[in-house]
Amino acid sequence: MKTIKHDFPILDQTVNGQELLYFDSAATSQKPQYVIDSLVDYYQNNNANVHRGIYELSERATRQYEQARDKVQKFIHAQKREEVLFTRGTTESLNWLASTYGVENVKQGDEILISYMEHHSNIVPWQQLAQRVGAHLKYIALNDDGTLNIADVKRKITDKTKIVSITHASNVLGVINPIKTIAKIAHDYGAIMIADGAQSAPHMNIDVQDMDVDFFAFSGHKMLGPTGIGVLYGKHDILEKMQPAQFGGEMIELVDLQEATFQPSPWRFEAGTPNIAGAIALGAAIDYLTKIGMTEVEKYEQSLVADVLPKLKKISGITIYGPQNSEQHSGVIAFNLAGVHAHDLATALDQEGIEVRAGHHCAQPLMKYLNIAATVRISLYIYNTHEEIDRFIGVLEEIKEYFNREFA
Amino acid sequence: MSLHNLDNLYRQTIMAYAQHPHHYKPMLGTEGYHIQKYNPTCGDVIDLAFNMVDDRVTDIHFYGDGCAISKASASMMTDLVVGKNRDQMMQLVDQFSKMARGEASDVKSLGEAQVLAGVTKFPTRIKCATLAWHALDELLSVEK
Repeated sequence: MKTIKHDFPILDQTVNGQELLYFDSAATSQKPQYVIDSLVDYYQNNNANVHRGIYELSERATRQYEQARDKVQKFIHAQKREEVLFTRGTTESLNWLASTYGVENVKQGDEILISYMEHHSNIVPWQQLAQRVGAHLKYIALNDDGTLNIADVKRKITDKTKIVSITHASNVLGVINPIKTIAKIAHDYGAIMIADGAQSAPHMNIDVQDMDVDFFAFSGHKMLGPTGIGVLYGKHDILEKMQPAQFGGEMIELVDLQEATFQPSPWRFEAGTPNIAGAIALGAAIDYLTKIGMTEVEKYEQSLVADVLPKLKKISGITIYGPQNSEQHSGVIAFNLAGVHAHDLATALDQEGIEVRAGHHCAQPLMKYLNIAATVRISLYIYNTHEEIDRFIGVLEEIKEYFNREFA
Repeated sequence: MSLHNLDNLYRQTIMAYAQHPHHYKPMLGTEGYHIQKYNPTCGDVIDLAFNMVDDRVTDIHFYGDGCAISKASASMMTDLVVGKNRDQMMQLVDQFSKMARGEASDVKSLGEAQVLAGVTKFPTRIKCATLAWHALDELLSVEK
């Protein structure tokens, strides 16, 4: 893959006097000029409300907004365009599910099955639901290498399990979960399967039909798109039976004084003026990624992992969490350096222009499970390069020396 | 390349305290005053405990997994408050909070802890420096 770093204007700057090196794409990705231009173009040339105006501009905005839905449909291989709902992001998608499908279908004594490697946004909505209806929240254990223990899925699931919700790719451990296998088990027990795709959709081919998930949630901003736009994919049959989470404009059909009827899905789930510019720009991000090709994206990121992981492991005192070989590891790499707290390391890297995450990564139950307080995390994306990896490793070695001196 | 930027924050004194913290030991469970304080941005937890004899602090100690800044700060704080009474401690907490916010303060009263003034240039790390002090403040306010 040819270097595309120059497509991202933000990367051309210095931080603390050093050339910026952005290694925090799992938190949010940077945006190529193409996506930025699509936002500007929308506001400069096509801005109007959608599904309302009987005039040219509104028609244009509506067309672009709905084209973005088509792009998402193709991107995740959904069967129907109506299965694509625009939300604010993964968190909102999962919250909607818990407060609608969850409340309608999970009763007292029922079970919800998640795993120890979930992000807080795939834990807390289910916790709240469980508390509200008197259900049990159960956790699938992990293997020693951080991968999901599939045998434990079979041990924990019962006829009372109504929802299985698992992350497709971990935001800490760098593992990809076999969603298709888990979905099969979930369906055998009559549960629905939800996959949190926040960390997978930006990095690999997504086929919701092949995985046979009932719902799939992801965010635009982690895949080159703007913040505030995300997607909830849902199987058509289930969406048709589901109540909307919010009510108001755009989602109604006919409103009377005491009652109202609603639009078919997906529109009845998109109350109020949606994030039109965001959806269009997410469509642009999908165009950009599709032009490179998701297979190519995956291959390139794998080459970065194959480069950085062995180099990291060579530094004495480094502990890497999750799988130890690069074939099994995604571009999300959490680690610690003995004797240097994660926060001190992140500050030191920042002083050298290298931006990484440090802390609990919104996964406190996982941290507790691994018995660690915090880790440093680098997360790579298509604009990162092998040269950046060498610079990062060099700086890391110097920081290690810096902190390992005896300060007296 | 040099890491001289880092010296602004990781001063010699701070690192010495972080590497060899004073009054750093696990909780006994028998202390008169004990609090556990949590830093939600990083997940760090600190335990702080002491006894009071004739309104003066004795046996103060802290424990927990923390970064160099939070450990050094807690270490310096515990050095400083031994033998102090409640009012004196509250004044020190106030002076330290002001210094960490970059406001005018009587830094001399803070002894070694005044080197932590450098943290104002690192806004993301102010909470690390103030964690132990917040713990002390909360302990003093609750137990009043």
